Amino acid sequence: MTQNAEHILDHSELFRGDEYQQMLANKKALFENPHDPAEVDRIREWSKTPEYREKNFAREALTVNPAKACQPLGAVFAALGFERTLPFVHGSQGCVAYYRSHLSRHFKEPTSCVSSSMTEDAAVFGGLNNLTDGLANSYNMYKPKMIAVATTCMAEVIGDDLNAFIKTSKEKGSVPADYDVPFAHTPAFVGSHVTGYDNTLKGILEHFWDGKAGTAPKLQRKANNTINFIGGFDGYTVGNMREIKRIFELMGIGYTILADNSDVFDTPTDGEFRMYDGGTTLKDAANAVHAKATISMQQYCTEKTLAFVKGHDQEVVAFNHPLGVGATDDFLMTLSRITNKAIPNALERERGRLVDAMADSSAHVHGKKFAVYGDPDLCYGLAAFLLELGAEPTHVLSTNGGKAWQQKMQALFASSPFGKNCRAFPGKDLWHMRSLLFTEPVDFLIGNTYGKYLERDTGTPLIRIGFPIFDRHHHHRYPVWGYQGSMNVLVKILDKIFDEIDRKTSSVGKTDYSFDIIR
Amino acid sequence: MSRATTQSVAEIKARNKQLIDEVLKVYPEKTAKRRAKHLSVHEAGRSDCGVKSNIKSIPGVMTIRGCAYAGSKGVVWGPIKDMIHISHGPVGCGQYSWGSRRNYYVGTTGIDTFVTLQFTSDFQEKDIVFGGDKKVTKLIDELQELFPLNRGITIQSECPIGLIGDDIEAVSREKSKEYGGKTIVPVRCEGFRGVSQSLGHHIANDAVRDWIFDKSAPEASSKFEPTPYDVAIIGDYNIGGDAWSSRILLEEMGLRVIAQWSGDGSLAELEATPKAKLNILHCYRSMNYISRHMEEKFGIPWCEYNFFGPSKIAESLRKIASFFDDKIKEGAERVIAKYQPLVDAVTAKYLPRLEGKTVMLFVGGLRPRHVIGAYEDLGMDVVGTGYEFGHNDDYQRTAQHYVKDGTLIYDDVTGYEFERFVEKIRPDLVGSGIKEKYVFQKMGVPFRQMHSWDYSGPYHGYDGFAIFARDMDMAINSPIWGKTTAPWKDAPRPSLMAAE
Ligand code: SF4
Ligand code: SF4
Repeated sequence: MTQNAEHILDHSELFRGDEYQQMLANKKALFENPHDPAEVDRIREWSKTPEYREKNFAREALTVNPAKACQPLGAVFAALGFERTLPFVHGSQGCVAYYRSHLSRHFKEPTSCVSSSMTEDAAVFGGLNNLTDGLANSYNMYKPKMIAVATTCMAEVIGDDLNAFIKTSKEKGSVPADYDVPFAHTPAFVGSHVTGYDNTLKGILEHFWDGKAGTAPKLQRKANNTINFIGGFDGYTVGNMREIKRIFELMGIGYTILADNSDVFDTPTDGEFRMYDGGTTLKDAANAVHAKATISMQQYCTEKTLAFVKGHDQEVVAFNHPLGVGATDDFLMTLSRITNKAIPNALERERGRLVDAMADSSAHVHGKKFAVYGDPDLCYGLAAFLLELGAEPTHVLSTNGGKAWQQKMQALFASSPFGKNCRAFPGKDLWHMRSLLFTEPVDFLIGNTYGKYLERDTGTPLIRIGFPIFDRHHHHRYPVWGYQGSMNVLVKILDKIFDEIDRKTSSVGKTDYSFDIIR
Repeated sequence: MSRATTQSVAEIKARNKQLIDEVLKVYPEKTAKRRAKHLSVHEAGRSDCGVKSNIKSIPGVMTIRGCAYAGSKGVVWGPIKDMIHISHGPVGCGQYSWGSRRNYYVGTTGIDTFVTLQFTSDFQEKDIVFGGDKKVTKLIDELQELFPLNRGITIQSECPIGLIGDDIEAVSREKSKEYGGKTIVPVRCEGFRGVSQSLGHHIANDAVRDWIFDKSAPEASSKFEPTPYDVAIIGDYNIGGDAWSSRILLEEMGLRVIAQWSGDGSLAELEATPKAKLNILHCYRSMNYISRHMEEKFGIPWCEYNFFGPSKIAESLRKIASFFDDKIKEGAERVIAKYQPLVDAVTAKYLPRLEGKTVMLFVGGLRPRHVIGAYEDLGMDVVGTGYEFGHNDDYQRTAQHYVKDGTLIYDDVTGYEFERFVEKIRPDLVGSGIKEKYVFQKMGVPFRQMHSWDYSGPYHGYDGFAIFARDMDMAINSPIWGKTTAPWKDAPRPSLMAAE
């Protein structure tokens, strides 16, 4: 017997014991009808070839291991960024169980969200009753200050009209007539989670600025000197938002963060469960109309939102997940220009420290090739930073990136001598990436947790940056924006580079050289 | 709170009834009426738990349930390792269920084994407008080209499929013919069907019946010679390796496991199952349907068993052995004896640390009852339990074989109810899912995920029991729970002291 009470073996050890190995071998040989191992090897080798890559890239209908999720996930993420706001997803309930699990697995935090639990009869008759009952129940049970409604693909396919439904359900007394129920249609078959974020944020701003779906006067903008800040869908929201606030405070800028979920995804364990915590106050959300400008850290998360804001006479500026010296410089100079505030010495020193760190370490990054995948803005930010480090972001892939993103990426590559051999892949998935890594190998891969399958298959070491990160803890607490955030990213990349050298040189009697103490 | 504060059963019942009354107050009247039927205090001697179940969840209450797709793709089909399971529809459902269930397997992933890949037709607007049949037809060709060693394909329908009038059955038949009788299984598990994962299990079971049993002979892919001792493990998803730590016991007692449903399972195993002499059924909820079918059609008896904790394991081994001859009966005794020293050592180590601790559960198909014995083996008390998607037959089994008088029962519990119950009862441990985990930990209540084993496991079998005991101890007796309140929080404020 393998198990032992003194030293209890986990699955990772238990099943590697002889008894289990024998059992599994017998199972396979006798009952699984396995393929000939030579055939398995042959196919495995074939799957690494340019010929396979060509077939793989010729796919038109099949998606394998995409790096994107569906719209309502982004909707839930955005809605949670407002004060005491309960995300309410209209449609079938299974989706909501998935969004909650998905976000909780990444942040290791509770995710509160309700569903209107539509079933077959609602598919036939529409979901009005579900919405009405659902709003009333949520309102009474969870005492939210606002309920933000989005839709699953079921509600979209049958064509439920949120605007009309919410109106009717208020008339039926589900919630008070003046209660805030902003909404956004978030069809899962259009775009991705970043689209859902965009639609929801726009829906909420529209609600407050443009007369609450015809139930209140539209707000008249009285321009002031503050700026609005939007982070976009961001797995590092906890660390990032706090870093951004620190920067604003150092600069003395009056600001409103829109959809600030950094507290609700980082509540303390002190005996109390806070279903709601922090977030943009509803008052601030409304007053944001008066701001001088709105800044988005992620262009592709906020295309519709920014267009809407611009329509309210604000200046809008979109970045692409700025990372590194140049992009952060740009970000700060833009803030400075808009607000007329100088960039303080404290930030200048941080900049100098980042440059210092890059100078100290660049020899180890310079010339290395990277494959990067993730949301379009993150990809852009990472690629720009890598170029700055003298590295080559050889393959940059974004399942939810489009043509415009591709052009922007290619322009970025063209701007640097290190970008010469780099290529952007919009709309591709991680099975495409697998082919890229086999046929045009790189030194490192940057991506989310699912990249570990690619790491295992292709041997390309994975640096975990992105969303979701399920299999490592607490990364979301550290910022990846600003000079300090860039420093964190640099350290992550360097750690992996050094770990790899150690890993490759750690066999005694063979590679005692290069296993260095000082680097 | 441990048994130290001993309450009489009558007191517990009164408290639980009062708790139920209290939580119902938060609801609008109509909802309170409906929820009242799902909450109860168990009365010893009753044949069920006194709750209604398998009824639609109420909108807006924060149900913990999932959908039929989760029950089919996520539970029943997903673990079949040499088949490709297409999440047919938009990208989300497949993405969120990708690799998250820890159905362990061995195989060359991506080449002859596909469990931890996410295959989807990634519906776009045009697929909704013009239908998805063309796309999935082409998709199957692409699968055949790029993954030539797959043994079969299933089409797992997401919500839109049933709403846009697609005919995936026709596609399946046509493509199967084209590929020489290849197994291609359409599954109508759209998320809006039924009221929870449960109908998805049923639909998935029926799909095995209609598209595998009815289309292939048991000899099709498995050439082994039958023996009188052939059994199939049904309803074990090999989460953290559960089916393996079960299988080893069955084999040690002299049985031969010819199929695993569905953890680490293969198409050949599904096809060969009609050759079994006995189907042994762990998760009754998710696979009773196919077990009953095999009984009717092939005359294979089935028996439920429970491999959580030594008491239930021994009882189950003997029950399974009772279907066979003395050789197997002796085998069962031999296995029980063999593992007794391990059981004794584990119990000696952990029972003193866990005795008298109380537990509240809320899980899926079988665990709200099946794990109770394992807790009791460690001297612990389950004081509340409920099913995410149980039916009345689950509550009957629970009442008749598992729960104690006065246990609080909550069916399809809402977030609000669960939180209030735990807040008032303050158990030493809550066992539920990822969505609940952090809520209770924030409250300072130790927690273990009882779907994914909190990334641990196996929990089945004797080897699993050791891990189970260690994990419960680790959760409850973690030093961190003594640190949730800042030490200065309740201390007198210095300024006040100075004023005195
Ligand atoms: S793709 Fe559609 S059914 Fe699936 S999780 Fe997203 S909204 Fe729900
Ligand atoms: S109880 Fe377990 S095996 Fe049954 S459906 Fe739930 S998680 Fe699955």
